[in-house]
Amino acid sequence: MSFTKLTRRGLIQTGAVAGAGLALPTYLRAENHTGFTNAPTGSTVTLGFNVPQTGPYAEEGLDELRAQELAVEHLNGEGDGGMMNTFSSKALKGNGILGKKVEYVTGDTQTKSDAARASAKAMIEKDGAVMINGGSSSGVAVAVQGLCQEAGVIFMAGLTHSNDTTGKDKKANGFRHFFNGYMSAAALAPVLKNAYGEDRRAYHLTADYTWGWTQQESIAAATEAMGWETVNNVLTPLASTDFSSYIAPVLNSGADVLVLNHYGGNMVNSLTNAVQFGLLDKEVNGKKFEIVVPLYSELMAAGAGSNVQGVIGSMNWNWQLQDEGSKAFVKSFGEKYGRPPSNSAHTCYVQTLLYADAVERAGTFNPCGVVEALEDFEFDGLGNGPVLYRGDDHQCFKDVLVMKGKENPTNEYDTLEIVEVTPRAQVEYAPDHPMFAGGELGKCNPGA
Amino acid sequence: MFGLEKRDTFLLGVVIVLTLFAPFILNPFPANSAMAQFNAGYPDLMQRFVIFGIFAIGFNILFGLTGYLSFGHAAFLGVGSYSAVWMFKLLSYNVVPALVLAVIMAGLFSALIGFISLRRSGIYFSILTLAFAQMSFNLAYSVLTPITNGETGLQIYTSDPQYLQSASAPAFPNLFGAAMNSSTTLFFGGWTFTFSVGYYFCAAFLILAFYLAIRIFRSPFGMMLRAVKSNQQRMNYTGLNTRPYTLAAFVISGMYAGLAGGLLAAMDPLAGAERMQWTASGEVVLMTILGGAGTLIGPVLGAGFIKYFENIFAKINDNVLHGWFAFMPDGIEDAMVAIIHPFVGKGWHLTLGLLFMLVVIFLPGGLVEGGQRLGRVFRRKDHNAGSVESDAAQQRSEAAE
Repeated sequence: MSFTKLTRRGLIQTGAVAGAGLALPTYLRAENHTGFTNAPTGSTVTLGFNVPQTGPYAEEGLDELRAQELAVEHLNGEGDGGMMNTFSSKALKGNGILGKKVEYVTGDTQTKSDAARASAKAMIEKDGAVMINGGSSSGVAVAVQGLCQEAGVIFMAGLTHSNDTTGKDKKANGFRHFFNGYMSAAALAPVLKNAYGEDRRAYHLTADYTWGWTQQESIAAATEAMGWETVNNVLTPLASTDFSSYIAPVLNSGADVLVLNHYGGNMVNSLTNAVQFGLLDKEVNGKKFEIVVPLYSELMAAGAGSNVQGVIGSMNWNWQLQDEGSKAFVKSFGEKYGRPPSNSAHTCYVQTLLYADAVERAGTFNPCGVVEALEDFEFDGLGNGPVLYRGDDHQCFKDVLVMKGKENPTNEYDTLEIVEVTPRAQVEYAPDHPMFAGGELGKCNPGA
Repeated sequence: MFGLEKRDTFLLGVVIVLTLFAPFILNPFPANSAMAQFNAGYPDLMQRFVIFGIFAIGFNILFGLTGYLSFGHAAFLGVGSYSAVWMFKLLSYNVVPALVLAVIMAGLFSALIGFISLRRSGIYFSILTLAFAQMSFNLAYSVLTPITNGETGLQIYTSDPQYLQSASAPAFPNLFGAAMNSSTTLFFGGWTFTFSVGYYFCAAFLILAFYLAIRIFRSPFGMMLRAVKSNQQRMNYTGLNTRPYTLAAFVISGMYAGLAGGLLAAMDPLAGAERMQWTASGEVVLMTILGGAGTLIGPVLGAGFIKYFENIFAKINDNVLHGWFAFMPDGIEDAMVAIIHPFVGKGWHLTLGLLFMLVVIFLPGGLVEGGQRLGRVFRRKDHNAGSVESDAAQQRSEAAE
């Protein structure tokens, strides 16, 4: 390439265009201040529901979407009101939020950080969403939470179980209702001790991303504290579908417990592989071989079928709980969709109500007002007993369920049974716990 | 002008006008109307249009001119993004060092991959590049997690060193203080138009990239690349070594991809491994073919087309559909929604696939060919005129290809 025809006129013209191009950004710097990003001006307010509709966690995402639609109905005073009737805070009146009718837009995270951010950005920039809710992967949750902090909207996390979401990646505009790896470990350890004894050798297979890493760290720490030995920890790529090559070495490692730090399709496949290899029929070190799945979900249990029988794990919430809030939610969800809600659906429903309630109590949609209303907020009647939204890290503290795969399921939804409800006090930790250290909440960002 | 022929100057002018007025052109419907669903004039999508336009222009320099079909270009995009985010983490939020490193790293990376892959041609070349890209993806995804942060994606934390970041500079990628995410909104009746700094920054790069592509297409170097496409063997027999030319084309298109990746990171400071996956490499191939491989404007059109579908059609859910057909009786409304449902929302891939099939079958030259055919319909004179004029018309249509 050569610029042979360089003339004076050409040079001036090129210079003028280049100069205009460079000057443009400066010219456009003038911002208009409306107080905060996407302040609702009309008679409606828009919420953004960002869930995986395709990819490995699509099942969870679609169930979240059902719950979110139900929550919008209840907020607008349609349907039977669900958990709004049992919620300890009575700020919500069924006339929308602050009198504005609730509308929503949806997006597909594809369980990819990039795609999730693009779809959240579209909802914020194009549709004027004041809050983003949902998601079913910690990687995605961390990515979207960061985006919401920059954009100045509230992020109500959906299913995200990594310690990092409210640990080193915590953000002032982000809130998590779901429990985390540390809580699972704290709840599971005593149950595992009772069931399998103090002298066990554990082998970990771990999904290779933020959630897998932190959950493995938590489980290993909790089980080692009660006398177990961690033989090995093998990281598996999230995209794997066949775990045979990872299961085979377990047999020769001298381990007698296999901990599967896997979720969704990963967990279904790895558990199925493990059962096919006959691990559960083996005896090692004179003890029966056991499998532990620290994070359970109904949808996974349904996917793994009879393989989950007798396998212990933990959950945030289960539709079999018998408190008033859970019963009301299961009833209205069941009437609308003909199936019981999963625990990811529950979390997204509750998060939507909590956001609406916080706005009502704050009297404004301004994220900083909402943050203030949610910090150190104590509530009850949403299915988990008394709950605290801790202001230090925006993590909810509540009871944790320890579950076990049911031996004789009566129908396709009856796959898990509740072994124990671990009280909140047992799973609490200090905000500066080493597993959660390193991050900074920062200041709430109202945007614009 | 600028050493271009009249035709090319006109084409460049069209691109400049389109990009500068995109916020108006892409928002044709009032914000509160039902059709606002189809508005695409918000910063994030407009940025994607031009960034993927740059990516596709670069890809077209390789594929359109030499005919070498690379299935691994997303790797260079990813390398660009990771380099840019690392610059943000280590130096400051200023985009200049980030983009410079992104282009350089992508250039080096493509020189390495190109040096090996270009030893083969045709399908073997495609497979080699695909293999390299998939390797890079897996490295980024699980092996090199200290550098790439794996599945979570590389992000910037407050604890990062950022040695050159001054206290007063915005905590977001910026060009000497002008933050990429700042924007100003113009209200005009029911219409809203958003002008974002980030978009115009990318648009300037698109125009520059387009201009460079024209110069390459029209240069002796471009002619040599076209010769490689038409008959490489003959060139080798005449004693010409074509590899330096193909390697140069490969590196140039890799640098274009790196620039696009760097810009993606500058608009949104996060780099995810999915950016390098083979589906992302396939996407740019689709963009180029859909728009018209080997044409100048085609790849840009193709990129816009695909991104529009991905972002607009994917967001139409059943709720929106019911809103559209609410005027119909209930039974028919539900039936209409049921019919359209598979093609929107999560089914946007299906719609795109069908359209791609139609284009490839009926318009092998892509959207550009469609435009030319339309143009010919309105210039019937060209075909019916006497011999002198029809010769001229033929020359014109040849030049257009």
